[in-house]
Amino acid sequence: MRSAIFSFCSDPATLETFQWMSCYLTTGKHMAFYVSFGTVLLLLAFAAPSALLFGFGGAMAARARFLPLNWLGRGYIAIVRGVPDIAFFLFFVIALDQGLEYLRHKVKCPDWDQPIRQGNDFIVCDIAKLPLGNSAQWIHETYGFALAVVTFAIVFGAFAANVLYGAMQAVPHAQIETAEAYGLTPRQTFWRILVPQMWTYALPGLSNLWMVLIKATPLLFLLGVEDIVYWAKELGGSKTANFTAYPHPDWRTQYFLALLVFYLAFTKVSEVVLNRITTRLSHGQATLAGEAQRKTT
Amino acid sequence: MKSLILTTAALALTAGMGLADTVRLGTEGAYPPYNFLNDNGEVDGFERELGDELCKRAELTCEWVTNDWDSIIPNLVSGNYDAIIAGMSITEEREEVVDFTQGYTPPSPSAYAALSADVDLTGGVIAAQTATIQANHVVDTGATLVEYPTPDETLAAVRAGEADAVIADKDYLEPEVEASDLIFVGDDVPLGGGIGMAFRESDDEMRAKFDAAITSMKEDGSLNTLIEKWEVGGTW
Repeated sequence: MRSAIFSFCSDPATLETFQWMSCYLTTGKHMAFYVSFGTVLLLLAFAAPSALLFGFGGAMAARARFLPLNWLGRGYIAIVRGVPDIAFFLFFVIALDQGLEYLRHKVKCPDWDQPIRQGNDFIVCDIAKLPLGNSAQWIHETYGFALAVVTFAIVFGAFAANVLYGAMQAVPHAQIETAEAYGLTPRQTFWRILVPQMWTYALPGLSNLWMVLIKATPLLFLLGVEDIVYWAKELGGSKTANFTAYPHPDWRTQYFLALLVFYLAFTKVSEVVLNRITTRLSHGQATLAGEAQRKTT
Repeated sequence: MKSLILTTAALALTAGMGLADTVRLGTEGAYPPYNFLNDNGEVDGFERELGDELCKRAELTCEWVTNDWDSIIPNLVSGNYDAIIAGMSITEEREEVVDFTQGYTPPSPSAYAALSADVDLTGGVIAAQTATIQANHVVDTGATLVEYPTPDETLAAVRAGEADAVIADKDYLEPEVEASDLIFVGDDVPLGGGIGMAFRESDDEMRAKFDAAITSMKEDGSLNTLIEKWEVGGTW
């Protein structure tokens, strides 16, 4: 009640429904719920471009003539796509975290004489911890969030790599031959002819990935980041009068309905934006959509 | 560049000195009256007050972290926080992975709650939280166990008819039974060896500090005062 926004919130038990609701929906706990919507949007804002970057790198590697690079690209696509997301999120994040701590440990504490693995425990010296044990809570949370972004980027990057690889193969061969005939180097051909034309083939696949990514954010809680689904569950659970000023029965259905509306609205907006991008990318392309545009104008 | 390295080194050193004093306490935040999130979204409850007092006595700065019950022990072992204080009963199974302090509550009874008095506790469907002593007990009685990740969902399962009854710590069920149409059924079941704080097996020094703080709270009666205030079962 300390941070109540409305002055009448000091004794919620006496309030009418409307006032009670306005107090209830502005508790600190609900503020955290609203903030978590921002967390999810922020995650998408970071994860989507990084995944695209991973995808682009993966697709380029998979097309490379240099064999080890080629294997790396293909291996990345095959392995990450094959492992279930949940397993990847649990295993990879702990492995990444412990790997970083291990490296820091080797650099910062060369005189350490105890084993790092003691039975079940993973022990590195205090100053090698990531983040440091005495860091503020927000640093721990930011670190967890960064791990989440990296993990999402790697997982969705593998799918994006396959989409982009297919799109690069789909660009008509005549375009490449013409570029070569004009004397463009392979590098120039790739960046000036292939890449600008492949997006129109990649977009349907990429937009699918984006839609799946939007709905994959509840995986965040596996990494300790409190997302909207966590809060909906926590807030919606029944509360008795002993421990809250706002007792209520099981309201999870209502909270999840609110999430449903959020997700539907968000995917709808995405759809509109993606449709616009599709139209723009089809412009002047030697595809059916491009041809249709040419005829109408 | 050189000065940059020096500053980093200096930072690392000062950080190293401050380290021993901060302890991260992991809890679930969904098990009133032991631990729950209050209306402001902060950790509250019996264990919040107890933990803060223990840290004061041990002269440590403590910070609260919430974590899913399912992964609460793995995250302790891999070093995401330094202690678990989450209504965790001391059992032999858990002792194999982590080390407990002495109990800060005496062994407390578990109880069954249901919507009607005539449910079959040994042949029916019983709800319990995953990885709890109560879940193990249900398996031993021969009843069908359905597990849920949070305590709240076990209650919801009974209300929705998915399970005939729920078994949990009696202290957790009491306020719920008072406030709703659930009733206690059958006899109380004594389970577990009291509730203690859990530490990594390699952290004996820190565990000893908290153990000493618990002893001092038992001796001056302040632990009993807390237990009575939050109604978490019997006193010492």
